[in-house]
Amino acid sequence: MLVLATGVALAFLVLPVVAIFARVPPGELLSALGTEAAKDALVVTVKTNLVSMALILAFGTPAAYWIATRELRLRDVVVTLVELPLVLPPAVAGIGLLAAFGRLGLLGGTMDALGIDIAFTQTAVVLAVTFVASPFYVRTAVAAFEAVDPALPAAARTLGAGPGRVFFRVALPLAAGGLGAGAALAFARGIGEFGATIMFAGSLEGRTQTLSLAIYEQFDLDFDVALAISALLVIVSGTVLLSVKLLTRWRSGSTTPIPFAPSTRTSS
Amino acid sequence: MALRIDYSHSLRPFDAHVELTVAAGETLALVGPSGAGKTTTLRVVAGLLRPDRGMVAVDGETWLDTSAGLERPAEQRRVGYLFQEYALFPHLDVAANVGFGAPRGASIDELLERFRIGTLARARVRELSGGERQRVALARALARRPATLLLDEPLSALDAHTKTTVRGELHELLRELGLPTIVVTHDFEDAAALADRVGVIVGGRIVQQGPAAGLVAEPGDAFVASLTGASLLPGVARAAPDGLTEVVLDGGGSAWSTDAATGRVGVAIHAWEVALARETPDDSSLNHFRGAITSVVPLGNRARVRVGDLVAEISSASLDRLALEEGDVVVASFKATAARLVPLA
Repeated sequence: MLVLATGVALAFLVLPVVAIFARVPPGELLSALGTEAAKDALVVTVKTNLVSMALILAFGTPAAYWIATRELRLRDVVVTLVELPLVLPPAVAGIGLLAAFGRLGLLGGTMDALGIDIAFTQTAVVLAVTFVASPFYVRTAVAAFEAVDPALPAAARTLGAGPGRVFFRVALPLAAGGLGAGAALAFARGIGEFGATIMFAGSLEGRTQTLSLAIYEQFDLDFDVALAISALLVIVSGTVLLSVKLLTRWRSGSTTPIPFAPSTRTSS
Repeated sequence: MALRIDYSHSLRPFDAHVELTVAAGETLALVGPSGAGKTTTLRVVAGLLRPDRGMVAVDGETWLDTSAGLERPAEQRRVGYLFQEYALFPHLDVAANVGFGAPRGASIDELLERFRIGTLARARVRELSGGERQRVALARALARRPATLLLDEPLSALDAHTKTTVRGELHELLRELGLPTIVVTHDFEDAAALADRVGVIVGGRIVQQGPAAGLVAEPGDAFVASLTGASLLPGVARAAPDGLTEVVLDGGGSAWSTDAATGRVGVAIHAWEVALARETPDDSSLNHFRGAITSVVPLGNRARVRVGDLVAEISSASLDRLALEEGDVVVASFKATAARLVPLA
């Protein structure tokens, strides 16, 4: 019984992924990726996701360190707020971003006065990706910093290290594995971003159309191109998942509970 | 060059009030049960914990004075702090650990050699044995050129075999350094071996302090008595003829002591004061208790023999001569002059 159930579940999960590669021969997949639409979408995706990841790392790392190391009375509230975008339906995220940064939104008047129009630009794609992907990084990073034995930063302080040196020489290297895993997860989520982006940034080829949006559009125009882009994203996602597992295994000092970490924990 | 501490801090479920002075070259051991405030005291000195109220001064330098709003951050206090389990940096090798707190340009090779870890300079922390870890942690703490040393359970992470050797080396080192030193331990034997003075801390207060031998000879209360390894027989004391005190024991019978006391007391008696015989001896001992032997634990050339609530320490030779075994009925005797009376709550 158990074996059968597991077999059915596994087959159900793997079949769609296999089907993507099974329908079109690899050679045609590659040539389909050479179409204008696919190439444009790739450029938009890489560009916006790189900016987004830079923002997530630059703001998320100090924020996570702060949440993890201060005895905050409202810690749970802060963490819940950070996690909120994880459970928010993508359409709600899109509407929310429009309501905040759109021309008629909360900050719209101010930004209009400054001559900034965000909606339906690449900036909008970056904001949408950052909004949905950053919680994956921040919550993993909080866990990674919290898993650092508190005696180690304390020891560093008694050895004359100020807050900056404690962070860069002790906390950061010890949490590095967890931070890497969190970044990989956020990156995977960002690459696949669809709902919030299409509502807030639209799907303009060459400007705001990312790979995920291109799949949706090509689905009507050229199913093979849609399949080819999907295959590319499967490979990217698979690589990310693998690297998360490797990063979690490679981590030396700390033991961070990380989603998607290998279930059989090897003590290294 | 002395270390002066005076602080109050609320710890659940009690408030700690600790006032101490440790002279240059003196080692003070803080002994007590877990959660009594031993480590808290070290953290206050190191600046890892800000007490509700208090002051810390070393060598005439004030590190903390809450009444004057003065608080020097931990990284600016020259302490050599040996953490429980040593807190070595797992991502750095031995040399980088030792060099972490060394002043810029200082050579650490000498320290590595001095602590016999020169050949381990490139080794990772996880490759080290317990004794090696302890030496790395000590070298790291000293590289900072501290004004005071704080050692938190420096021997508890070691196995019994290495412990005795390491304890001897540590004692030698503390003597050489001549720094005011506080050693936190739960083991009275370690405290006695390392420290010039032992402070017993219970519930956030120092209940008794003095040389280890003084605490053994004159325990101030039941906790100190049992800490020093004495057996404790509870009972009620009353004055008896000849200036003696009779203690009517809860477990039946009476014990006599030359200490004066009334009310509820514990008769504290050290194992080496208790003699064993097959028959009640006709000697100067006033206290004789007949009972069955419940355990015999050999310790090298000695053995600890438990008879009822009493523990006797006798030589292996005596054990053989009397052919004592578990279950044998014997008489445990001790003199009234060796029986200390301590108040019981």
